[in-house]
Amino acid sequence: MLAVLARRLVQSVLILLGVAAITFVLLYALPADPARMIAGRSATAATVANIRHELGLDQPLLQQFGTYLSHLLEGNLGRSYAQKTEVATLIAARLPATLTLMVAGIFMELVIGITLGVIAAVARGGAVDRLIMMTAFVGVSAPQFIVALFLLYVFAATLGWFPMSGFGTAAHLVLPATTLGILGAGWYARIVRSAMIDVLNQDYIRTARAKGLSGARIILRHALPNAILPVIAMIGIDIGQFMGGVVVVEAVYGWPGIGQLAWQAIQQVDIPIIMGVTLTSALAIVIGNLAADLIAPAVDPRIRSH
Amino acid sequence: MGMEPVLSVEGLTVDARTPDGLKRVLSGVSFDLAAGETLCLAGESGSGKSVTSLAIMGLLPKQSLKVTAGSIRLSGRDLTRMPQSGLRELRGGEIAMIFQEPMTSLNPVMTVGAQLTEAIRQHRKDERESPEAIAKAMLDAVHITEAARRLKQYPHELSGGMRQRVMIAMALSCRPKVLIADEPTTALDVTVQAQILTLMRELRREFQTSILMITHDMGVVAEMADRVAVMKSGEIVEQGGVLEIFDKPAAAYTRELLAAVPRLGALAGTDRPPSVTPGFEPSRDPPVVAEVRNLSVTYGARGGIFGFGKPPRPTVEDVSFTLRAGETLGLVGESGSGKSTTGKALLNLVPSTGTILLGGETVSGLSAAAMRPHRRAAQMIFQDPYASLDPRMNVGAAIAEPLIIHGIGTPAERRQKVADLLVRVGLSPDVAGRYPHEFSGGQRQRICIARALALEPRLIVADESVAALDVSVRARVLDLMLELQEQMGLSYLFISHDMAVIEKMAHHVAVMKGGRIVEMGTRRQVFENPQSDYTRTLLSAVPVPDPKRYRQAAG
Repeated sequence: MLAVLARRLVQSVLILLGVAAITFVLLYALPADPARMIAGRSATAATVANIRHELGLDQPLLQQFGTYLSHLLEGNLGRSYAQKTEVATLIAARLPATLTLMVAGIFMELVIGITLGVIAAVARGGAVDRLIMMTAFVGVSAPQFIVALFLLYVFAATLGWFPMSGFGTAAHLVLPATTLGILGAGWYARIVRSAMIDVLNQDYIRTARAKGLSGARIILRHALPNAILPVIAMIGIDIGQFMGGVVVVEAVYGWPGIGQLAWQAIQQVDIPIIMGVTLTSALAIVIGNLAADLIAPAVDPRIRSH
Repeated sequence: MGMEPVLSVEGLTVDARTPDGLKRVLSGVSFDLAAGETLCLAGESGSGKSVTSLAIMGLLPKQSLKVTAGSIRLSGRDLTRMPQSGLRELRGGEIAMIFQEPMTSLNPVMTVGAQLTEAIRQHRKDERESPEAIAKAMLDAVHITEAARRLKQYPHELSGGMRQRVMIAMALSCRPKVLIADEPTTALDVTVQAQILTLMRELRREFQTSILMITHDMGVVAEMADRVAVMKSGEIVEQGGVLEIFDKPAAAYTRELLAAVPRLGALAGTDRPPSVTPGFEPSRDPPVVAEVRNLSVTYGARGGIFGFGKPPRPTVEDVSFTLRAGETLGLVGESGSGKSTTGKALLNLVPSTGTILLGGETVSGLSAAAMRPHRRAAQMIFQDPYASLDPRMNVGAAIAEPLIIHGIGTPAERRQKVADLLVRVGLSPDVAGRYPHEFSGGQRQRICIARALALEPRLIVADESVAALDVSVRARVLDLMLELQEQMGLSYLFISHDMAVIEKMAHHVAVMKGGRIVEMGTRRQVFENPQSDYTRTLLSAVPVPDPKRYRQAAG
């Protein structure tokens, strides 16, 4: 168990290193010259050269990468070209909002997905099952901005239950988190349904029934903990998908998170910010996967003893 | 006995919903189970014995099976008319069940203790003792050591035999009047089976439980039953006292079933399997087909990237044997003894150390490509005829595939060859266009044998090839294999956990335990004068289909 964790940690560090290398290469592959970007259009060649020297861009590539890595370790992500501020400061200011949104989104997708999946599995083959699976299909295939607009129209504009946009209270969080969660909820409903059907056919469910347990207890105590195992592995992988969704959702709901920051930076070709957000996302995905690796043995004793 | 029966089944009829309408799976099944009695429902697969037990438990899958007539009375109450809530009270309380597969019958993510106490909480609410105390006492009763520690363990930490003990403890924890045991020892090793059967007899006395035991194994019937009901195609063909059924079976089917049971010691005094080809003369000095010297196999020997963990123990260690044309080496042992791995290593399907000679040439360590010419000479037949045929490939294509892989013959020649092979294994050549699901287990195993014979091998590794088959089917497949051996001079490495099957098939026998051969010799030496204690334990653990033996022993 410890050996597995150690291996995962080493893997995580390697992945982060890989992401750092790719973002670094990206900087060079893009046709935008950072020095030119900073100096502005009208600057003289000498000014640009000066800035190049200041940034260390005239040094050998490998050395630049080394400098870049050592800066990363210090938490120094560079300065934004457009906003003339430390990227780390910009991200740090917006990270709490995004993390709140993500945690709420994951919560929504798990609650909706698992509930629907369990109901569909128990009612398998019936009308309820078909209705749920159809809804899940729509949830998976509907583009997020459409879902967002639909929810805004129904629950904000028409019913007035939740605010249209903004940030601050729990009520502000509901619609963005639901929008973010619906895509994953569709997936999880399908996964949980098929895992549940599989589990309900297992011998130990027959044993539980032979003990005279009630249907609810069999489903919640015996079947669900077994059916949930594949979902846990999915959450880690899912966080990558989630980051993509965050950009759209933050834009639609005016949520002041790093998704918005990234969106602006892409429009302005503000490479340090793009790199910073990419690295932050990679870190989130790696942490998410590590968390899944830690949660899995807590739920499944068979992994624990391996 | 004269007493009111505890359980009384009368005219029980169950129909299955199929796409073509209702199909009868049980018709008019009637029997009584008296207090403290053991009744065995004996029969082959598809006879309806498991459906009977599930119907009694009220556990028939609702979508597909339905009781359409008859009654099931437990102490006077008719279970077929009871609502689900009432049945739930009885299930696990007055009537409990244990199943065939101890490995999968316990919930893998719940502790043994949680699973035991759950049933106790459900049915023994007014007990003064705590559920945990009862659970611990039950584990003691089924002779599980360190009961307190076991309660905190998960099923995967226990062996198959222990899990079945836990199942029995769970079933008896609420003091049921009736215990239904559906093939409770079929998935277990023979020495473990012997322990579990002994335990069940002991608990029956201690707990005064009536047992309805479902089994296909006439040896188990002889050992356990007071009375026997023989089932075939959803009906009881005969029932009566166990001595009566074994001594004077009235129904033709019972006689057939008893005749098909391989009896240990039936071939005592002979050196080779009974000849099935008239006028067959065994060769005096048959040539060596394969030779294995100091074979060892260690799985996972490479270790992790960082070399964490201990080096794994070898699965097979220092095994040597010789296989001759027209002869069979029986490899017998319990699960985990390394017998299957030995078979795979012989065909170079797993990496091994030591020397393997096929037809005089060293094949150990050859790459897959270099091994290919040798594959023609050595083929394998697997245990599960259902899983070892591709469901989307028709039978003719499955048998012809090895010919195509080795580039043998034209399409017309291959068709002819397939037809010949089908005839050879006792099937009609017309079946070549049909698909595996249209065949029974025995027929499928014949198809697998035909496929193995396609390349005209000299050696066949048969890994538990008849273990999944019913006794009567098994007997016919074994006869076919003997016949093919005599006609084609095949050499078999016959791997089995079943001593009686090994006795029937083998010229020589190797007994394996913990990856090593503990005893090897001619069939007569090993069976009639076993040298190792382990061989003697194995032989004595086999249930003998002779009820008198157990009645006398019990006094």
